[in-house]
Amino acid sequence: MAWADLVIVIMVVLVLVAACAALFLKNLLGAAVATALVSLGVSVFFVMLRAPDVALTEAAIGAGLGGLLLALAARRLGLWRIEAQEESEHAGGPAC
Amino acid sequence: MLTRYGTLLFAAGFAFLLFVLFTSQPLGAPPMLAGQALLDEAATTVGAANIVTAVVLAYRGIDTLGELSILFAAATAVGLVLGSAHRTLGAGAPREPGGFILRAGVDFLFPLLLLVGFYIIVHGHLTPGGGFQGGVVLAAAFVLPVLARPTETLSHKAMARVEGLAGGVFILTGLGALAFDRAFLAPLLGPGQLGALLSAGTLPVLYLAVGLKVGAELASLLLRLSEDEADA
Repeated sequence: MAWADLVIVIMVVLVLVAACAALFLKNLLGAAVATALVSLGVSVFFVMLRAPDVALTEAAIGAGLGGLLLALAARRLGLWRIEAQEESEHAGGPAC
Repeated sequence: MLTRYGTLLFAAGFAFLLFVLFTSQPLGAPPMLAGQALLDEAATTVGAANIVTAVVLAYRGIDTLGELSILFAAATAVGLVLGSAHRTLGAGAPREPGGFILRAGVDFLFPLLLLVGFYIIVHGHLTPGGGFQGGVVLAAAFVLPVLARPTETLSHKAMARVEGLAGGVFILTGLGALAFDRAFLAPLLGPGQLGALLSAGTLPVLYLAVGLKVGAELASLLLRLSEDEADA
């Protein structure tokens, strides 16, 4: 029972931190990864609540395709580009 | 700044709503009785070891058809908006291949993703998962190689054919039940042996169609999104 409580505490902290990061991160790619992380944590909750079907959906759509969709949409809107990211890294400072 | 606090305010209101619901309703004692009836009956009448699949495809198959048509409408809308190229807002990224880690990882992951996707679809009536989850995994399997090597893109026409074929199989299976004086989308061929791969009648056929349709739709949606900015 104790390990389950530990997993719950870790996941609650992870989900809350990732959700706040998704709200406040300036880097849009980082925010997309944070929302994917929220979905991953929530899917662990679904497994512990004995809903493996929902957990699979949440992990596949929320953590997998959802993050990819947000990142691609940001790239299409010109808010994030691969070469811009690399250039700013060469210049020594983070983008945006 | 205002929208941020608006979001937090919404979250707080939602938490308050959940709190009220939790306090007013005894935990673990839902007022509905349909769930228990389904749990008692589904394994013998439908023959699917995974009760969720029995509900999704047998008891409310027409809802699943509705979900499929919503997905289809969404994918069509994205195709309409993004299909007409040369109107991208941002500057286009060059069609350069991805980094070494991405290319090597995709080469390694592609067969595994394909296997896992089809496993989840084909075993949808036995273990957790099914057409929607496996279809998403299949879509990821087919999008990743294009992200790694943008020049080798998939043909949208082929994916539209797969999607149409899968949707046709789903509806024809549903109409086939009408020919045997059953309800639309009712499972045919009897329940079979519980837990066997070939059991639960036509449910595996329906889930295979759902998986292929969802996979083709999502893959073409993501490809449109990823290739359009590369075109500009």
